[in-house]
This record gives sequence, structure tokens and C-alpha cells, in this order.
Amino acid sequence: MSSLQSNVLENHTPTGREEAWRFTPLKRLGGIHDGSATAVERNSLAINGSLPTGVTFSHQEIEAVTETDDVIVNRIRAFTSKGAVLSIAANAEIAEPIMLNRASFGTDSAEFSRVLIKAGNHSKSVVVIENSGDTHLAEDLEIVLEPGAHLTLIALQEWDSKTIHAARHHAIVDRDATFKSIVVTVGGDVVRLLPTVDFIAPGASCDLSGVYFATAGQFFEHRMFVDHKVPNAKSRVNYKGALAGDKAHTVWIGDVFIRAAAEGTDTYELNRNLLLSDGARADSVPNLEIETGEIVGAGHASTTGRFDDEQLFYLMSRGIAMDDARRLVVRGFFNEIVSEIGIDSIQERIMTRIDGELEKAGK
Amino acid sequence: MSTLEIRGLKVSVETEQGSIEILKGVDLTIKSGETHAIMGPNGSGKSTLAYSIAGHPKYTITEGTVTLDGADVLEMTVDERAKAGLFLAMQYPVEVPGVSVSNFLRTAATALRGEAPKLREWVGEVKSAMESLKMDASFAQRNVNEGFSGGEKKRHEIMQLELLKPKFAILDETDSGLDVDALRIVSEGVVRAKAANNHGILLITHYTRILRYIKPDFVHVFANGRIVEEGGPELADKLEANGYAEYVTA
Repeated sequence: MSSLQSNVLENHTPTGREEAWRFTPLKRLGGIHDGSATAVERNSLAINGSLPTGVTFSHQEIEAVTETDDVIVNRIRAFTSKGAVLSIAANAEIAEPIMLNRASFGTDSAEFSRVLIKAGNHSKSVVVIENSGDTHLAEDLEIVLEPGAHLTLIALQEWDSKTIHAARHHAIVDRDATFKSIVVTVGGDVVRLLPTVDFIAPGASCDLSGVYFATAGQFFEHRMFVDHKVPNAKSRVNYKGALAGDKAHTVWIGDVFIRAAAEGTDTYELNRNLLLSDGARADSVPNLEIETGEIVGAGHASTTGRFDDEQLFYLMSRGIAMDDARRLVVRGFFNEIVSEIGIDSIQERIMTRIDGELEKAGK
Repeated sequence: MSTLEIRGLKVSVETEQGSIEILKGVDLTIKSGETHAIMGPNGSGKSTLAYSIAGHPKYTITEGTVTLDGADVLEMTVDERAKAGLFLAMQYPVEVPGVSVSNFLRTAATALRGEAPKLREWVGEVKSAMESLKMDASFAQRNVNEGFSGGEKKRHEIMQLELLKPKFAILDETDSGLDVDALRIVSEGVVRAKAANNHGILLITHYTRILRYIKPDFVHVFANGRIVEEGGPELADKLEANGYAEYVTA
């Protein structure tokens, strides 16, 4: 089966010459990718609070749902057969968000972690994973949406400054199911996240959105792959990032593949970056490959810009000081996506963190 | 009683063709409670005057002074000018995505008053300002100027004038793009704000129709970067009849 060239992970220890690895600073991955990391058998993912009726969570033997050519995921699977499994029962409508978090274990060893989230037939739920502290984490997260399921997965990377986190969040979306993913990456040394979506039946849809803010020296990579291989599926991607400080580096790759069978596909992806200082670098690569013309729509856009002087002037002409004006503009920039989280306390926490990142970056 | 004094103001903009002088020596004194209309053809530098006083970074002051009660306005940052009492109602108000009108107004009021306005009183203030400008309550939750019609943008500017209570209001072509009803509502807002705060007004316009609602005490004709004629309200009538032809043929 053909595949998108840029998404071939080649399943061997990367050298950095591969398209899928060329931006990633391999030397800073703590050996997660090449087998030299000190992997430990633990799974730090835990339920925070009580489990609602219709939801189960356990650590158990686990089977991979899909195969992958991602070398890190395959190292995780080779290392451990256990994982965390979260199941939402068929037809369950879970009103409150299901809160998961990870304890951090420091950076002497690396956690190789498998996770499976199963959203049952016509279930409806919101799952939040809160990541904080300092850790080395290689994560193989599979998400299965059965027909008609609605699942929102909110993954928060509020790491401290030493964390190395490489993850694949792979969603398998069945007929008429809706997968919504919100990724927030505002901390860590190196974060490489692969939100990928596999549509396996018509009528499925996904909405992948995210925000990231990298300051001096941080590397954050978000690499989507949406595989339209069935008819009448819909995908939306919207990521927004800000960068400030020397050698802040972000990478956004938006791979969308519309295969010959995927008639009626509707897809649009967008990435916007706000460069807040010199010395920062934002790579943004939308990549659309289309094998059929019988589609509803396919498009992408990518922009990278600086503060809009007219916006700052307008705000300052109303007495708002420069720093406050910048903060308002940055909050406004991220608000479109952060407000989608729908949990006030988390939204305010993220915005406060973003304020802090902006302040840390100075002028 | 406050005085805004402009003396010998010369202003340039940098372009790819080099520096171009737009204002060629402007003298103007405005006192509290006075309404000065600046009228002139397009491209005469009226808006440059407005933006230069407000401190837009695009304009370089090459000569002259602007003082507010003796304080050097040109030394102030943009926000300091607002805090000193200057307000510019813009011809093309800027969109600020993701920032709600309500958040914006409260942030501005907090900055200008030096403390956050008490929530209950503030909500009442905003509500009454919006009602008198015939703005729907949902307006406060929309993002600043985003997707606003031309009329909504101007109402939003004048709502800020009412709420922020400056010493001097510069209204840059506030009448442009307004239909008759909107022009009346917006003008009434200006008159109401002036009655409440007795601020001075620098009203920049191309047309005389707004002067039916906002009566000027002084009219200044602006052409080619300077004031070329001054008079009372009767000067506006003359412009209405004759246009600007006699000032631009040189």
C-alpha cells in the first residue's frame, strides 16, 4: 500500500536523514529512539479522582491494535506487554471529564508506556491527560473509537524544563465516530508528538487542534498524519504556536493523505505561528496528497508572523501598557483553541502558563 | 481646564522612495469644551495629524511640539498619551482576534483609572453606554472589531470615548462609512460624552454632514500638510458650497 513519503518512519534507528526525523534533535532524545535509554517497567498513568459509572481503568496485558513503522513505538512494544487501559462503555454518556495524570519519576530512566483508550459504541466522553514534572517518557497511545462514539482527548504537556517526551497518539475512528484531540505543549526540553488518525469506515470525522509555546532552547514537534482511506470522512487540523527566545524551535507537520477510495473527503488544516523574538525558528509543513478528485474539499494554510504593530498600537492607544498589550494579543491568539478545552480551571492554568512563558521570554 | 497645544509640527513617513514630509508645520490650540473641526481633501494629512498626536510608530516627528497642559506629549509612549488624557477614535479600528470587547474595555479602564473598576458599577456603565449607542448586549462577548460592520466599529469607538473619559478626543473620520441613522447615533454619543466630560474635540472630516450634529466652535481647513484657513462654523458652510478646489489648486 502506498503511503505518504514524509510520514514513513522506516522502523529503524533514525539517523536524522529520514524525512520524518530530519527536524528532530536526536542527540537530545535521551536514547529513547536508539535503544540506549535505561527503560524501566512502569506505567505512571493514573486516574485522578473517582471513576464515573461506565468507565473502567486498569493496568493489564495489552495488545496493539495497529502496526506501525514508528521505531519508538516498536521499542516500547518490544519492551513491555503491559499497559494502561481506559474503557468507556457502549452508550455511556460521561458528563464530567475523565481525568488522568502522570506522576513524574525524574530523568535517570525512561518510562516506556503503553496506553489504550476504548470509546464504546455511541459513547460520549472527554478524557484529559495531565502531564507535568520532569521525566523521560516514550508513549504508545492508541485510541479506538467504535461506531458512533464521540471522544475528546485533551493531552496537556505542562512539563518542567528537563522532560523528554516522544509519543504517538494514534486514533482508529470507525463509522460515524467523532474524534476530537486538543494538544497543549508548553513545557519540556524535547517534545515530539505524533497525533495520527486512521479512518476505517465512512462518516468518521476528526478535529485535531493544538497550541504550543516554545521558549529559549526548547524543541516541540507536532506531526499529524490523517489517513483518509475510506469515503466521506472529514478532518480538521488547527495548530497555533508561539516562539520566543534563542533557539526556541517548533515543528509542525500536517500530513493528509486522501487515497483513491476516499471519495467525498473533506479536509482542511491550518498552522499559525507567532514569532516573538529573533533567534527562534518555526518549521511548518502542510503536506496534502490526493489520489482522487471526487472530494468535497481539501486545503491547507500555514502562516508565520510577528506581533501585529497595529494591534499593539490600538490597545496601547487605550492606555494599555506594552507588556499588557502583548499579553492580551498572545492570549487572544491562543484563545480560539484553549477555549475549546471547556474546563475553566484548566483553561486559566494554561493561559497563566502562557503569560509566564511570555514573561520569561522578555521583550 | 486643559489645553492641547500643537506648535510647528512637522511629520514625515519613511517610504521605499525615502522620507516624505506629510505635515509641514501645524499650529493648533484646543481647550477643554471646544470643538475644532479639521476639514480638508483626501491626502492632505488630516489623519497623519491624528495618528502623530496619538503616537503611531509609522510617523516621525521632525520638528515642533505637542503639549498637554504643558507636558511634552511627544516624549510619551502611546499608552502614556492615553493616560495623560488623549483619545483617538480611529477611522479603521483594528481587529484583535480572541480578545473580547468586555475584556478589552475592562483592561483599558483599569489601565486608565489606575485600578480595576468595581465590577457591579462597571457592568452598569458598559450596559448603559451600549444601550445609548443602540448596541446589542451580545456585543460585549464578541472579539474586538472582528467581523464588525463599519457602523459597529464606529459605535465601539464612541462607546470607548464615553467609558474612558479623556481630556481630548480626536475623531478621525468617524463619519466615514456611516448611513444616516448610524451617523446620528454615533454623533449623539459624541455630544453626550462631551456634555458629561467637557473634553475638547478635534474632529477630522472630509464632509460637512457630521457638523449638523456636532457643532464646531472653530473650523480649520487643512491642505497640503498645513492649516490654510481658519474661521468659525460659517467656514464649513462655505466649504459645503464651494468644496476644496480653491485650496488645492496651487
